[in-house]
Amino acid sequence: MLYAILCYHSEDIVGSWTKEEDDAVMARLAVVQEGLAKNGRLGPVVRLLPTTAATTLRKDHEPPLVLDGPFAETKEQLLGFYVVNCASLDDALESARELASANPGGSYEIRPVALFNPGVAMT
Amino acid sequence: MTDLAWIDSALSSARPQAVAALVRYFRDLDIAEEAFQEACLKALRHWQKNGPPRDPAAWLIFVGRNSAIDAVRRRGKERALPDEATISDLDDAETAVAEQIDNADYRDDILRLLFVCCPPDLPATQQIALALRVVSGLSVKQIARAFLVGESAMEQRITRAKSRIAAAGVPFEAPGAVERAERLAAVAAMIYLIFNEGYSASGNEIDARAPLCNEAIRLARLLLRLFPAEPEIMGLLALMLLQRARAPARFDADGGIILLEDQDRRLWSRPMIAEGLALVDKAMRHQRPGPYQVQAAIAALHDRAEQPADTDWVEIDLLYAVLERLQPSPVVTLNRSVAVAKTKGPAAALALIEPLEQRLSGYFHFFGVKGALLMKLGRAAEARIAFDQAIALASTAAEATHIRVHLDRLMKDDPPDRKAPASR
Repeated sequence: MLYAILCYHSEDIVGSWTKEEDDAVMARLAVVQEGLAKNGRLGPVVRLLPTTAATTLRKDHEPPLVLDGPFAETKEQLLGFYVVNCASLDDALESARELASANPGGSYEIRPVALFNPGVAMT
Repeated sequence: MTDLAWIDSALSSARPQAVAALVRYFRDLDIAEEAFQEACLKALRHWQKNGPPRDPAAWLIFVGRNSAIDAVRRRGKERALPDEATISDLDDAETAVAEQIDNADYRDDILRLLFVCCPPDLPATQQIALALRVVSGLSVKQIARAFLVGESAMEQRITRAKSRIAAAGVPFEAPGAVERAERLAAVAAMIYLIFNEGYSASGNEIDARAPLCNEAIRLARLLLRLFPAEPEIMGLLALMLLQRARAPARFDADGGIILLEDQDRRLWSRPMIAEGLALVDKAMRHQRPGPYQVQAAIAALHDRAEQPADTDWVEIDLLYAVLERLQPSPVVTLNRSVAVAKTKGPAAALALIEPLEQRLSGYFHFFGVKGALLMKLGRAAEARIAFDQAIALASTAAEATHIRVHLDRLMKDDPPDRKAPASR
């Protein structure tokens, strides 16, 4: 079963990391990801730019309304996500725990995937 | 990351909002700062023991406000308020504060806090120092290091700036639409000053001053989150990101300047460029061009070019023409001449800048550009005069070195004896 691991954290806090701190977190996460990839369980890995770079299209208007900024103003923001293949929720939680120990702070939302279309390979 | 590191980032990211709200309560910068310091000390104790609160800024505002009121009462020999140990467990109280600081409110709070740091009659360096101290919470020592002055001199500068602000009075009423736009423009200019203080550093100053660039970017992101639909704030943030992206390639091992066309573009920060380009796109959609957006668009054209030869100089020339209309200034025309030299040749560029000589007679960049153009035209003797004038006007060793780099390069590319045999 595929699970999305959605990464929520305060972008203020993540944004105040120095380059060295950021690099160190990314390096620790890369180790966990390598382990998952070796077992054929790692799908797409996405890190998003800050919410200030976001644009929202409200579809409940006709024509749809274009708004600057993220969809929701929240204390913690969606900063990225993983797709991993896990046998069970326990497995998914275990992977999320490993990622969490590499990158503490914030929350992961573990969400089973209903449909997965890998699209085309992009570089 | 250790608990302490987490608390440190949480405190520094909550600072602008918390200090801004405390300034609204107490209408006094010093009391607000003291209250915030007090709250931070308590946060260190409590957060380590009890874990982080749901809303760090609300917690700090609540605890800071109570400590300050408490201090005032103690001074008045009145009954003290309950200890914060009881207060901080009252989740309802924190929630009430959190609700009070809704978006509209704290948006104006933070804008006010930034705005009080930049009254037009306060010299730019004092504005910057004050904002870095009050809003960003850098220590006097850190700011002094960034400005390459002693700690006590910086302390004095900040104290002077604060007393001038106290004398002028802080504008506490909620701003109207026009006033809000004016405050936003003043604050944007101040943030760009902070950035340029960091960005103009060279040689052995780079490490000390680079944090100013990061702080300016952080403040612009904060401002854009508060005013998400302001194209000029998008432009400001984009402009700084697109310039900062080149930082790793701007200096050689000895701290010497590497010109844009000689930089190793593989060293440029791709995520910063991506973010900057995204913001330029977002801003353009509003069709309300302004100086920051146009400058960001120019920076974007440089950053998009994988090789110097790929640079779209025609578009850059057009954008400079727009900038000249929006913000007429001889310096803008001077910058445009670099693009004109690429598209129409050095003679056209020289014709563009010659009328500026009187107004820019004290500006070293003018003579640098003039010298370069004359050199390209093979007028070596006149070029040397211009370069000498530039070096005489350089205010720092780095500026002088920059001109010499320029000179050396042109000497190498276009040896004057080949180009201008007549003058020999």
